[in-house]
Amino acid sequence: MFGYYLDLAIRSLKRSPGLTALMILIVAFGVGASMTSYSVFRAVSGDPIPWKSSRLFVPQIDMWGPKGRLDSTNDNEPPNAMDYLDAIALMRDHRAKYQSAMYAVSPSIVPPDAHMHPVNVGGHAVYSEFFAMLDVPFKYGSAWSADGDAQRAAVVVINAKLNQKLFGGNNSVGKTLDIDGKDYRIVGVLDNWNPKPTYFDVVNTGGFTSDQEDIFVPFTRAIDVGMPNNGNTNCSEIPKGSGFVGLQQSSCVWISYMVQLDDKAAVTAYRNYLDGYFNDQKAAGRFNWPLNNRLRDLPAWLESQHVVPSDTKISLVVALGLLVACLVNTAGLLLAKFLRRSGEIGVRRALGAPRLAIYTQFLIEAGMVGFTGGVLGLLLTWVGIHGISWVLPKEIASLARVDVSLLALTLAVAVIATMLAGLYPTFRASRVQPALQLKTN
Amino acid sequence: MSLHPMIAALRKHKAGVVLIALQIALTLAIVCNAIFIIYARIQNVQRPTGLDENNLFLITQQWVGAPSGDDPASIQKLDAMLKEDINALRAMPDVESVTPINSVPLFQSSWNGAMSLKPGAELRAGNARTTYYFGDESLMKTLGLHLIAGRNFTAADVTNKGFRDPTEANLVIVTKALADKLYPHGDAVGKVVYLDGASTPSTIIGEVERLQVPSVSSWASSFVWNSTIEPVRLNANFSRYAVRTKPGRLDAVMRQIPSTLYGVNPMRVLDDDSVKSFKDIRAEAYRADIGMAALMGVICLILLAVTAAGIVGLTSFWVGQRHRQIGVRRALGARKIDILHYFQLENLMIAGGGALVGIALAVGLNRLLMSKFEMDSMPVYYVLVGLAVVVVLGQIAVFVPARRASNVPPVVATRSA
Repeated sequence: MFGYYLDLAIRSLKRSPGLTALMILIVAFGVGASMTSYSVFRAVSGDPIPWKSSRLFVPQIDMWGPKGRLDSTNDNEPPNAMDYLDAIALMRDHRAKYQSAMYAVSPSIVPPDAHMHPVNVGGHAVYSEFFAMLDVPFKYGSAWSADGDAQRAAVVVINAKLNQKLFGGNNSVGKTLDIDGKDYRIVGVLDNWNPKPTYFDVVNTGGFTSDQEDIFVPFTRAIDVGMPNNGNTNCSEIPKGSGFVGLQQSSCVWISYMVQLDDKAAVTAYRNYLDGYFNDQKAAGRFNWPLNNRLRDLPAWLESQHVVPSDTKISLVVALGLLVACLVNTAGLLLAKFLRRSGEIGVRRALGAPRLAIYTQFLIEAGMVGFTGGVLGLLLTWVGIHGISWVLPKEIASLARVDVSLLALTLAVAVIATMLAGLYPTFRASRVQPALQLKTN
Repeated sequence: MSLHPMIAALRKHKAGVVLIALQIALTLAIVCNAIFIIYARIQNVQRPTGLDENNLFLITQQWVGAPSGDDPASIQKLDAMLKEDINALRAMPDVESVTPINSVPLFQSSWNGAMSLKPGAELRAGNARTTYYFGDESLMKTLGLHLIAGRNFTAADVTNKGFRDPTEANLVIVTKALADKLYPHGDAVGKVVYLDGASTPSTIIGEVERLQVPSVSSWASSFVWNSTIEPVRLNANFSRYAVRTKPGRLDAVMRQIPSTLYGVNPMRVLDDDSVKSFKDIRAEAYRADIGMAALMGVICLILLAVTAAGIVGLTSFWVGQRHRQIGVRRALGARKIDILHYFQLENLMIAGGGALVGIALAVGLNRLLMSKFEMDSMPVYYVLVGLAVVVVLGQIAVFVPARRASNVPPVVATRSA
């Protein structure tokens, strides 16, 4: 029967090519526009580490108290980063399975090739557990050990791109790298690790940035040599001391912090630990305001920091509105098309076709329009995704791409949506009174 | 023409009428919100920064193995390196003016704080939030700012300090917007203010007409015009210089920068992004806004085209369906223009009905965007513009099928269907 209905649908669509083409175009544009917006949204809102995000947590401590809140915001959110004092205290207590304080650095590197000018690189000062916590893939070598943290070792992990640039992609483990005029031994080369958003430090990177993560050095070493932070520094009061050392003694926040907690019990224990830490500090006279800590898992943290640009969400809402408008339009055209064939329906019904047969026939016709529109919509989505890279910020545009799942989704949305739009027209068609139609004809 | 027969006719195909009206309502809702977004973005992009933006560029560079800047001796060393660079840049042909600077408008990096009229206020509870620009006596000339009261800095006013040194300058120049906020009677010049909760006062010696803050992000939108200029050379392991060239010599000077600075000291980083014209800085800062406006524009165009096509399609179908009735009306004496008007009026009624629903939808969509995405409230006239757009669109779309209807000859009445 399916083949027969398909044949009927093709004949019917051929009979009014103008109207058919119009419907297909409308479905195609609706699907193309919404899928283009969706592809961008999907790219920026996806979980950057889906297998582990529910076990990664970001602790926040209210070291500023109410005076630190900006008057423009009336929520009671504690600072979104750590000051040096608390970050170091949390690292020392070491209560999570893995944890790392980290800050963004942007040192200069003198290439081993004497003919090259010095270059600037981006990266982070982290603790050794950073790599295990975030499942960072290594191509050569490995992370430094916990001893490396304690001994403030002059070691570095570099990313694949920098390794390509400086060492032609060869195994550079054991070689020396000149960072800010000081020698560091390369212990590991990453396998092109560049997650978007840079979820481990959205405070200093904003989540989406065109900056690369080129190098990782031990946090303790970076502090030792006074490698300055490259990112946001927020203060509720001006530091008393001067320089990078003054910053470390101040309550200014500039350090990101992440912990891995594997089960509910661990989360509860860590929460209690954080609260206990705050209360101890309060008892020692550092704070005189109520406990106000946070411990969010990664998805909740990214949400709270508004990592997905609101423009992307607005575009998606507006494009979905466009899709709905296109479907209402298609429904109107299908209605006109189906009811025009009341005579034919009358004859079929009079000859014994049940309502179900009419339903099947017309829904197949709607589905065909949807499928063809979907194929054309795919093409438009492809054009849209390439076109959108001209208008979106570079760091976001480069993330949107066509893949198999987007392909399948586009076709499915087109077919299902058009069939939904065809439901009411089909219902009307199935209600055609055979007797009335036969009489008027 | 009596509306009664028309309404009676419309009731015969309720579903089609409701679908067109709904389509028009959705179109209205989306189009006026999209136009509102476009307009807001364009307005953002078009506001002047207060700078003379032509022939201006910015250099960002970093020294390799520079002293830490944590002790007085190393700060003086860094300052000497900075002055060497400045002198070399000023000696270049076609360079009109150079200043060390921490940032420029539309360049995302910024230094923000608050000013208060009392000493020792909480940092975040001052009288006005402000951004700080640090430069020397050439800053005003290099950026092309307009001094409207008081005086500019002299070379003797300019000091230097480490990048993270919390001491504040004794003298400042502020924007008119900031001066008026602190001293509403317009007499800010000569008065004192306290920067970032300091206990020592700084004196306002001049007012500039306009100077935008570096950030174009929403968090800075509450103090976009509150800028303070301090006569200070900031010393760190990196430095920035704003350079104004003679008219038309921008590209030539920019090309010379790497060789000039490497000539002073080769142990430094200058990469692709290090030398940037203000035009490029502006384009980058507003790329997202322009992109959003373009995207909304494309969506509007698609939607209007789809709606128009839908109206043409459905009205064409109705004309075909009523072929015989039109013939009868013509045979009974209706003129062509009467038939044309009939369909035009019918469309006006449907579009009008749809637009009424659309107004409610438009306001609803705006509220939704406001609550979720920090959008502003849409003024009423956007809805009215949207209303006019959809009604005119409906009339244009209906014209073709209505013309065809009016050309149905009276003789059709005599033929059987």
